[in-house]
Amino acid sequence: MLSITYNHFFILSVILFVIGCLGLFLNRRNMILILMCIEIILLAANINFVSASIFLNNLDGQIFSIFILTIAAAEAAIGLAILVVYFRNNGEIDITKINELKD
Amino acid sequence: MFFYKSLFFIPLLSTVITYPVGLFLNDRASQILSSSLISISAFISWYCLFNFINSDLDPFLLPIFDWILISGSYLNWGVAVNPLTLLMLTLVLTVSALVHIYSIEYMSHDKSKNRFMVYLSLFTFCMVALVVSDNIVQLFFGWEGVGLASYLLIGFWHHKKSANNAAIKAFIVNRIADFGFLIGISLLYIYSDSLSIADIISSKEFLKSTPINFIFIETDVLTLSCFFLFIGAMGKSAQFGFHTWLPDAMEGPTPVSALIHAATMVTAGVFLTVRFSELMVMSDFILNFILVIGLITAFFAASVALFQKDIKKVIAYSTCSQLGFMFVACGLGAFNVAIFHLITHGYFKALLFLSSGSVIHGVHDEQDMDKMGNLFPKMKITSIVMWIGTLAIVGFPFMSGYYSKDLILNASFNLYELGSLVYILLAIISAMTAFYSFRLIFKVFHGKYNGSFDYEKIHESNYVMLVPLFILSFGSIFAGYFFNEILSGNYSFDFWRGVIFLSQDEHHYSSIYTVLSKSMITFAIVLCIYLYGFHLDKIAKLKKQFIGSYNFLLNKWFFDEFYNNYIVKPFYDSGIFLWKKIDQRLIDRFIPNGSALLVSKISIFCKKIQTGFIFDYTFVIIAGFTLFITIIFYFAVV
Repeated sequence: MLSITYNHFFILSVILFVIGCLGLFLNRRNMILILMCIEIILLAANINFVSASIFLNNLDGQIFSIFILTIAAAEAAIGLAILVVYFRNNGEIDITKINELKD
Repeated sequence: MFFYKSLFFIPLLSTVITYPVGLFLNDRASQILSSSLISISAFISWYCLFNFINSDLDPFLLPIFDWILISGSYLNWGVAVNPLTLLMLTLVLTVSALVHIYSIEYMSHDKSKNRFMVYLSLFTFCMVALVVSDNIVQLFFGWEGVGLASYLLIGFWHHKKSANNAAIKAFIVNRIADFGFLIGISLLYIYSDSLSIADIISSKEFLKSTPINFIFIETDVLTLSCFFLFIGAMGKSAQFGFHTWLPDAMEGPTPVSALIHAATMVTAGVFLTVRFSELMVMSDFILNFILVIGLITAFFAASVALFQKDIKKVIAYSTCSQLGFMFVACGLGAFNVAIFHLITHGYFKALLFLSSGSVIHGVHDEQDMDKMGNLFPKMKITSIVMWIGTLAIVGFPFMSGYYSKDLILNASFNLYELGSLVYILLAIISAMTAFYSFRLIFKVFHGKYNGSFDYEKIHESNYVMLVPLFILSFGSIFAGYFFNEILSGNYSFDFWRGVIFLSQDEHHYSSIYTVLSKSMITFAIVLCIYLYGFHLDKIAKLKKQFIGSYNFLLNKWFFDEFYNNYIVKPFYDSGIFLWKKIDQRLIDRFIPNGSALLVSKISIFCKKIQTGFIFDYTFVIIAGFTLFITIIFYFAVV
């Protein structure tokens, strides 16, 4: 019988984190994916907090995860707002054409 | 006391406020303002002179304010009140005031009248600062200041290339001579440990007895410093070797030539020599050197003036020659006579220049005498005052030149053995002076009109220009008579009060020499009238016969060519070499341009790393972070 230990939770969060990171720099198409990837990274951190809090019998981690969720929501809102403004100005959100940082 | 100080401040005030006044009101206001301010100071200077003569005051120093703290004592701006200073001030301010008034009309067609008046006032202020200075630093300030004003005024018409060149030439030649002046005053300061002229003069015995080795020449400090001071004086007074700038300076407007290049600034060299006369007489070498340079200049300039074509150039060389006369007087130890001639020359030369300006104004900027002639019926007043000036310069009896020039000739008997030789040389030069002066008169005012300008349109100048001429002709007639007794006659010891060196010995000369010199001058005048008045064809014949010497004189002894080929050109070429080869090819290429090129190449390379895509940057951040953590943990574990 394979029991679920806290290692599994950590491995899950690492996997989510790696997926988020890879999504950030392998994705070459659109900006919404970037936002989603950032959310995934945040979720990975959240899973870490919650699982640690359960296994250590300490509620602090769960309270933290609530904060992180709040911040993530705000951040997503800001990100989407930027995206909308950018689309209004440039007429597209194709990430391969956003290289004005170069000049 | 107030009056003495105001002499210093009124020209300064005029310099400072003339330009704003002209800017906010109009040109006429600035002209009237500066003219009236300088005229007021001229009146004050005469008042001060008479006041001083009639009082029994000793020469004294009137400090104005402290300037620099040197070794425990302050260097002052000040007014040295003594007869020499006051006498010079009357000349400088009177001529300056008349020139200010004259230029109101003369410059009436010019665009920048305002600027012209400011420059004139600036010149006057600097000249006053030079004359009244009691220390060598203020003297140097004035000396450089008048040089600057001269530069600005020669190049006043800066759209003319020749005017710019002449201005630069004057500045550079003066600069070379000023270097000598600077060495001279530095030597005096180092060895006498004082900047005050009075202190320097009182330590003359010490200076004389201190030996110094200058480029393997064993001499004493006094001789060496006087030599360098005299080099400075040669530059300012356009003596032989440094004279080339003066004729070129005639590119400036004529009032400038009258004020700066005839009456005042060029006499600063003579003034300097006289100011340090107590030092100069201590060394026989210096006196002889001054005498020789003066004689050469007087002869050279007079010979060149004989056949010049430009009316202003004739008068310029005449100035040069008369300055030579003044230095001859200095070299003979008759410093009071030098100052006397300086004063009378100031009046009649300013008169000659201003009336030639009137002629030039009348014939619409024509300066070539070959294109003038028979102007007498058209401009009677100008020609009469020009006659007066000419009679004064040739020494017509009882005009001002008669007294001063006679005294210089007589002073040559201060030299016992060679006295008669110097006398005869001076008499010959005087005869040449008479010849070229009358040649000018006859070519311009008499004979036949040869110009291209419509004869009927030639007009007399108006009264704003003529009034200064009247005042100057008054000075040219009476200055000699008036100053004769007090400057060099029986009252001279009372007048000078020990400020300058006065020779004690009586002259031993016989009247036969006087007769000789007078008859030579008369002969020259008669010859000139005969040739230029009645037998113009003979001149052409003589010209053909002596074409070699004529060209030699016409081209000013080829001095300009000599300087150009052997001094200016090598300097110019080496400058071009340093600029094109060393500076551009070597220094610019490798150091400033090379380093800039290197930076831009490196940045082009760096730019390639930057793609501008967010995902690339993210990758670099995460990969780098991971690497970093890995390294830390690896080493922490191991």
